[in-house]
Amino acid sequence: MIDRYRTQTLVLEIALIASAVLYLIPVFGLLNVAFKDRRNTTSALTIGGQYTLGNFRDAWVQGRLGPALLSSVVITLAVVGLIVVIGAMASYPIARATGHWPRWLFYFFAAGLIIPGQLALLPLFQTMAQLGLTGTIWGVILNGVGGGMPFTIFLCTTFIRQLPRDYEEAALLDGCTPFGAFWRIVVPLIVPVLATVGALSAVAMWNSFLIPLLYLTGSDFETVPVRINLFFGEYASNWPAIFAALAISSIPVMAAYFALQKQLVRGFSGSVKV
Amino acid sequence: MWMAIPAIAVYSFVVIIPSIRGSIFAFTSWNGLTLTAPWVGFKNFQQIFADPIAMGAIRNTILLAVVVTVAQNVLGLLAALGVNRPLRTRSALRMAFFLPVVLTPVIAGYIWSYLLAPDGAVNEALRSAGLTALDHDWLGEKRTALWSVCVEIVWQYLGISMVIFLAALQGIPRELTEAAMVDGANLFQRFMRVTLPLINGAVVINTVLSVIAGLGQFDQVYVMTGGGPAESSATLSIAIVKNGFQSGHYAFGTAMSVIAAVIIGVVAATQYFVLSRRVSQ
Repeated sequence: MIDRYRTQTLVLEIALIASAVLYLIPVFGLLNVAFKDRRNTTSALTIGGQYTLGNFRDAWVQGRLGPALLSSVVITLAVVGLIVVIGAMASYPIARATGHWPRWLFYFFAAGLIIPGQLALLPLFQTMAQLGLTGTIWGVILNGVGGGMPFTIFLCTTFIRQLPRDYEEAALLDGCTPFGAFWRIVVPLIVPVLATVGALSAVAMWNSFLIPLLYLTGSDFETVPVRINLFFGEYASNWPAIFAALAISSIPVMAAYFALQKQLVRGFSGSVKV
Repeated sequence: MWMAIPAIAVYSFVVIIPSIRGSIFAFTSWNGLTLTAPWVGFKNFQQIFADPIAMGAIRNTILLAVVVTVAQNVLGLLAALGVNRPLRTRSALRMAFFLPVVLTPVIAGYIWSYLLAPDGAVNEALRSAGLTALDHDWLGEKRTALWSVCVEIVWQYLGISMVIFLAALQGIPRELTEAAMVDGANLFQRFMRVTLPLINGAVVINTVLSVIAGLGQFDQVYVMTGGGPAESSATLSIAIVKNGFQSGHYAFGTAMSVIAAVIIGVVAATQYFVLSRRVSQ
């Protein structure tokens, strides 16, 4: 009876639709301004006046967004790939091995969930600079992979612990190595949690700003958020071109969102169920 | 065992070792170049507590974390309760409220900067509604800068709170709510006595997540105000980056990181224990 559609429900539905429309106004403003001619001084939220595609050309050429997109894609893919492989490999013995060390190792990694990133920021930058890793994508990739370990290992270990041991034990009896058991039996079973980890790390890496800002500003590998930040400084008054740059940069992540909406939402909500 | 070695190595290199070194450097006069530095005890911390700008950053960080956590969770819970009803557009609504979550914070920050500019859309809307008294330079005035950034952060991350609450709400057996309804409990009583106790786990996770994110906040503040005007909206992360990377006060910066770490650790642990005790009761 609680699920019947009543007048009350209709009122609620209308109210929620109205709030959602209001909620997405900034996104509408983004698109509206991105297409407006520079001399079109109408408000960000009014439709009218001259529209043009020229902003996108300006943003692409003067904003040098092409190389930035490439850099963001390479860094994101490398981090996601490494996080998934290294994280899953570490989670298997932590979840399955006997003795005290797996438990301590689990706490060792879980501690990283609480250690704030600010603490490592300056000393790590010094080490990376001495190793010549600042100004290269490797410094940022290492940062992303190391920083992603606690969350990845936390999720994968919890997931593997819930799997039945029977298949692995049968495989080990039949002469399979522990790594073989992991690769052939465990990996296919943990694909759902790896997909969650991959999707969440991809969004986090694509959007990350502070580390790329410190490591890559002025190099040839500036990522999209860094490039946009610099473009904003260079073209402070040219809002339509800046907004076109923002729109171009949002396309990959928006496309991924609409394509993978279920996995992403499930990842955000399901990953924190303990 | 060997399978865990790559993870241990990269995690130690990126998180554990520099965090330990940072905690030690906070008590030295480290200049950012050497591997060791002379011990100075609590001098850096004394300087922080005597520095109005640094203290302002600590205050701003706590204020931002509290405001964002409360607003984001109250509004996120309301949205979750709404889209948990049998609405025809529920999946579209869910998608709309979640969309800003995946938007790059830098991008969202610039969009809001433009809307909140002196001649931006927010002020235009206020003027056309006749509320000229509210017309402000939202990001340019000390009184409103930090609060305006809070609004943007809540707008962007409300969707995370919503989906976590929603997952918990969907786990509540329908019979319980219906039984309370039959017994004559009104909407508010049903929420307080049935729904809220059953989603306590989600409340813990949501508040811990938003407090940690709030205390570490950098991106939106950097993009929208840069910590200004006159450092009135600077957070700890902004102050650490400015001290460490722009003015070369490395030891001072690491000491601020230690303060940030202590605040985050204490708050997260307290929250976890206090709130999860309530869950088990």
